[in-house]
Amino acid sequence: MKLLIKIISFLGLGLNIVPAILVFGTYMESDTCKLLMFIGTVMWFGTAPSWMNKKEPETVGE
Amino acid sequence: MENSKSLVARLNAVNEYEQQAIPGNKLKGWRSFLGTYAGEHTAGTEFVIGPLFVAHGASAIDLVTGLIIGNILAVLSWAFLTAKIAVKTRVTLYFLLEKIAGKKFTLIYNLVNAGLFCFLAGAMIAVAATAVGIPFDMTMPQLTDIYPNNVGWVTTVFVVGAVTTVIAMFGFDQVSKFAMVAAPWMIMVFIAAALAVLPRLGVTELGSFWSVAESTIWTGTPLEGQSKFGFWHILFFAWFCNMAMHIGMADLSLLRYAKKWQYGFSSATGVFLGHFIAWIASGILYSLFLIESEGSLTFAPGPIAYSAVGVAGAICVVIAGWTTANPTLYRAGLAIQSINPKWKTWKVTLFVGLFTTIAACFPALVMMLLEFVALYGLILMPVGAVIFIDVYLLEKIGLKSNYAESTGSSLNWSVALTWLITLSFCLLLNLVVGVEIFFLGLPGWFIAVLVYVVSSKIIQRK
Repeated sequence: MKLLIKIISFLGLGLNIVPAILVFGTYMESDTCKLLMFIGTVMWFGTAPSWMNKKEPETVGE
Repeated sequence: MENSKSLVARLNAVNEYEQQAIPGNKLKGWRSFLGTYAGEHTAGTEFVIGPLFVAHGASAIDLVTGLIIGNILAVLSWAFLTAKIAVKTRVTLYFLLEKIAGKKFTLIYNLVNAGLFCFLAGAMIAVAATAVGIPFDMTMPQLTDIYPNNVGWVTTVFVVGAVTTVIAMFGFDQVSKFAMVAAPWMIMVFIAAALAVLPRLGVTELGSFWSVAESTIWTGTPLEGQSKFGFWHILFFAWFCNMAMHIGMADLSLLRYAKKWQYGFSSATGVFLGHFIAWIASGILYSLFLIESEGSLTFAPGPIAYSAVGVAGAICVVIAGWTTANPTLYRAGLAIQSINPKWKTWKVTLFVGLFTTIAACFPALVMMLLEFVALYGLILMPVGAVIFIDVYLLEKIGLKSNYAESTGSSLNWSVALTWLITLSFCLLLNLVVGVEIFFLGLPGWFIAVLVYVVSSKIIQRK
């Protein structure tokens, strides 16, 4: 389950950059890019808080 | 009751190890610092600083070379100055300063710091307001605006300020976690926004970027009423924009958790993502806005990001502004609370939030952000010089380090004099010789070192 959530998070992050690259390469319209980025934003914020910011294990000092 | 309990718990968590050295088992690894720096330095300010470089007529070559060298100098300052002292002492700036300068001086320092935090948070509330105002067709501020000049702007700023203040009163921990989650997404949106608008600027392949950058984006010509920025402006700004954190030693609080001083180099993630890629990206967006609006003086990051990448861009401006304003407001509250620890944190934060929101109504706070950031670092820099000399030099020349602690004094006059004389010297350099604020930090640091050594010799001999 955690892996699936992480995959959704990274897909969301990808949707925030890949469409823009396609717009740059003139393979995609700007409006489609805007819509996909919004969907990517929802995916990221809908999933990333559940696995990010987990407390780092304490380490022994050197 | 539940809320007040959790708030107290959160405050206790924030204050952990503030009055003692970090124990060995609490030290953190590389990853923690890489993430923290990347998150902290991709923020709302980036939406303003990049465009202001365009407004100040930076040329493409000056911008790129100035940013690379300035950012490297900043990373070196973090590693060789802050991280080395952090690992050696393992205490916060405030704790170390109290031992060196005494309680009274630390109190004054805290108040000054709180005031500066308020203005920084105010600028970020204003940035967020430019995005929140989009659906309401709000009249956006102009680059030359100083005072608030329309009701819509003031109302939006007050709404954003009120929300930010209430969250700062109750949710510091959650906001800081949310900021860490938002950081990688914000970096993506910055890059995406710049990439998506490049075809509108005439860049259709990577090979043509540089020629367009030189001729269209960073043309080297300042906008009307703006001073001209050259290579040295960019270099010193990139180096000193976080002067309070590295040379000023505020990041002792963060780097005292580092296992090795070399972890100071992890600040490179922050400066090269936030202070290079994000500044260049936001500069590209603003440049397109200038072209498409035929040189309009409107300066509003919200609509600019919205025009580039739609709702995600507008959300990015709100989150970037809010996640910067919120912890800043909270820290300002804590700094003011140090006057009287019996004051309720939420009441202090409410007062600070009101003051900050009123300040945010003045567009000058955003339009003069470069000058403000430079001033912020400059004001706090002398304390960093004092700490550096106290830790490394005083005992070697036969003087006492941690003088206030060892003598039981509440005010070490050598530190107070160092602060006053250094800032007076910098003011004179600015007013009489005409040295711009961006360049004052370097001579100021040497003056601070000299004054502190001489004044310590005189005062400690008495």
